[in-house]
Amino acid sequence: MSTFAHRQPGELYESQKLAIWYFVVAVALFGAQIIFGLILAYQYIDPNFLYQKLSFMTNRTVHLNAMIVWLLVGMMGGVYWFLPIETGREVVGIKLAKFIWWVIVAGVTVVVLVYLIVQIGPGTAFTLWFINEGREYIEAPRWADFAIVAWVAVFLFNVVATTLASRRITGLLGVLIFDLVALGALYTAGMHYTVNVTMDQYLWWWVVHLWVEATWEVLVGVVMGWSLMYLLGTPRKLIETWLFLEVALVFGTGILGLGHHYFWIGTPEYWIGLGGFFSALEPLPLVAMVVHAVYDAGAHRLHTINKPAMMWAVTQAFGNFIGAGVWGFMQTLPQVNLYSHGTQLAAAHGHFAFFGAYVGTVMTLVYIAVQNLGKRVQIPLNSKLWPWAWGLLVFGIIGIVASFTISGFAQTMVERAELGSTWYAYIKSYTHPWYTNTHWWRFWMGMLFLLGYVLLVWDLLTIGRKRTANATEGAHD
Amino acid sequence: MDYSWIQIAVAAVFLSVVITLVLSRGYGWLSPTFWRNAAVVSSLIMLFILMWLTFDTTEKVRPGASQVPTWTVINHEIGLVWNEEKRRQVPVVGEQTGFFGKVYSPEEAFALVNKGKMTLQSRNCMECHQILGNGAYYAPDLTRAWLDPWWEERVMPMVGAKTHEEAMKIWLMNPEKYPQGQRRMPNLHFTDEEVTALVAFLKWMSAIDTNGFPPRFGVAQ
Ligand code: HEM
Ligand SMILES: [Fe+2]
Repeated sequence: MSTFAHRQPGELYESQKLAIWYFVVAVALFGAQIIFGLILAYQYIDPNFLYQKLSFMTNRTVHLNAMIVWLLVGMMGGVYWFLPIETGREVVGIKLAKFIWWVIVAGVTVVVLVYLIVQIGPGTAFTLWFINEGREYIEAPRWADFAIVAWVAVFLFNVVATTLASRRITGLLGVLIFDLVALGALYTAGMHYTVNVTMDQYLWWWVVHLWVEATWEVLVGVVMGWSLMYLLGTPRKLIETWLFLEVALVFGTGILGLGHHYFWIGTPEYWIGLGGFFSALEPLPLVAMVVHAVYDAGAHRLHTINKPAMMWAVTQAFGNFIGAGVWGFMQTLPQVNLYSHGTQLAAAHGHFAFFGAYVGTVMTLVYIAVQNLGKRVQIPLNSKLWPWAWGLLVFGIIGIVASFTISGFAQTMVERAELGSTWYAYIKSYTHPWYTNTHWWRFWMGMLFLLGYVLLVWDLLTIGRKRTANATEGAHD
Repeated sequence: MDYSWIQIAVAAVFLSVVITLVLSRGYGWLSPTFWRNAAVVSSLIMLFILMWLTFDTTEKVRPGASQVPTWTVINHEIGLVWNEEKRRQVPVVGEQTGFFGKVYSPEEAFALVNKGKMTLQSRNCMECHQILGNGAYYAPDLTRAWLDPWWEERVMPMVGAKTHEEAMKIWLMNPEKYPQGQRRMPNLHFTDEEVTALVAFLKWMSAIDTNGFPPRFGVAQ
């Protein structure tokens, strides 16, 4: 069926075996992210819960860092999965790749233990190097930054060397290499200390925005391209043309769209216009991705070799557009952002966008990998459980986003627009009924999300195993 | 800078489109080559403009250059006034009053604010508060913390402090003893030196011209 398939079922490249480890760790960290998210949700309900023991800031650090790491790990796993298929050979430097992978796993463990046990340190460079850098999303202490850069460098080396060894560069590989160079280089923009908080945030956004709204978005374009070729057998030419179009639009709008974070941090006024203009166009490539996915799926009358992966791929396209595009656009024009900036509305958008764009992608990849684990490949891959896992995760996140959106409206109106953003205004806003009412249902939606996660893990462990007898053997031609 | 944002935006889009069209002569708009050219050209042009604006911004955000104040602002009275020309609030620097009863030299002021910034990062403040509107959304925005009337109205009498800076200091060292609502800040075990520096940093940050954010700060007490 699919021309973009594997060797014989059950026979994996070393690179794909490594990819499995990437996926295992990714899914485990997903669990950690959810647990810490639930603790945060409960601290909103009862601020005394674990107060001074595991305070809000510590849990939020773990919640965010677990997410960033697992999503990146999941997407890198996707590259290790497809790279040997794309190049028709084993990945070059696989020993080094395995070695640095276990160094990274050990490093992440140490970083998290230090976050949880040591938590904070004295106001000196020592803390920034060894405990916590205190900058949202990139809290990882400086020593860990170097480990991350080394890891991305090895990864880039593997991709480039394998491409060279195969003596053929495809459009997908070209975009991947171009993107990984940018992704790695951007991370180093966050590895510095400066007292000038304006300059600090200026470069901080190079990592945060230019990762999630530029380089990660393109990385998703590449791995989702491979996924669609695998799932639907979409022709390469179509995939690559769309990918180029997406890159043109993502980088064409997203690089200067960075300016939507430079409205209010002490930077010159021209950023208000530039940031507003370019970021308002950022949803365009996300529309293109929806069109692409819907067209491909429709052209194949939804015939796929992997039902859960196909569902997650479609969810990804829509989730990316709605979560990043619509919820982002909602607050990106400066005249709106003046009031909504720094409110729970940003959290609403952050949850929706990360889930739609990146959780959707990694789930697609994981289900593709799972299909090829047993001795025989079930076609199409299907189970009774996955729709429940999918449904609870999607329903749960929509509930969480809805609650943040409503508390965000209340906060924007009361704290920012009406009362002038003081301490008093802040207290008036978080005690507003629109705000407090959302606490409970956010927590319960989180519990449903957790249930979805448990079913997901259960399904990943069992899908395709029982009915292998009926499965078509060697359906990959 | 000599160009308005509209000129830059129009030039960026215009150049991307024209250069792509020129490079893609002979290829239809549906061909992969056309879009590959578009991808490379638009990325490079936008990157180039970002680099150029970064040089300009870096110059302009140097303390004392335009919107970011010099370190010695901590020795002065600061406030916000309505600027009729810009139609928004801007920070103003008033007479010299000293900070904790002392006038800091430029070097001393830099060292103090720097220590404050290190302290802010080491205690992970940003994972509850917002700094210039960025961070978590659990605790109050600290962008204008120094200017918050709450210190004088509520905290000073509560902790028995005589000055604004002393009130901030006592409160920050004992937040668990003086709750201001249901949500309480944890005790972050600041040393005397650290908390003085932190208050200096917050004061300095309150004097940054943030293009009017947060809007109408403190108008409705
Ligand atoms: C998958 C892509 C995206 C992800 C994962 C993402 C994630 C986030 C996150 C986590 C924040 C909160 C940052 C913070 O203050 O801590 C944020 C802020 C923001 N995002 Fe996105 N975003 C994405 C795409 C977009 C797009 C396409 C737009 C515009 C159309 C957008 C507009 C914004 C704006 C305006 C803010 C600032 C909110 C504020 O002022 O507080 N985002 N984004
Ligand atoms: Fe952004």
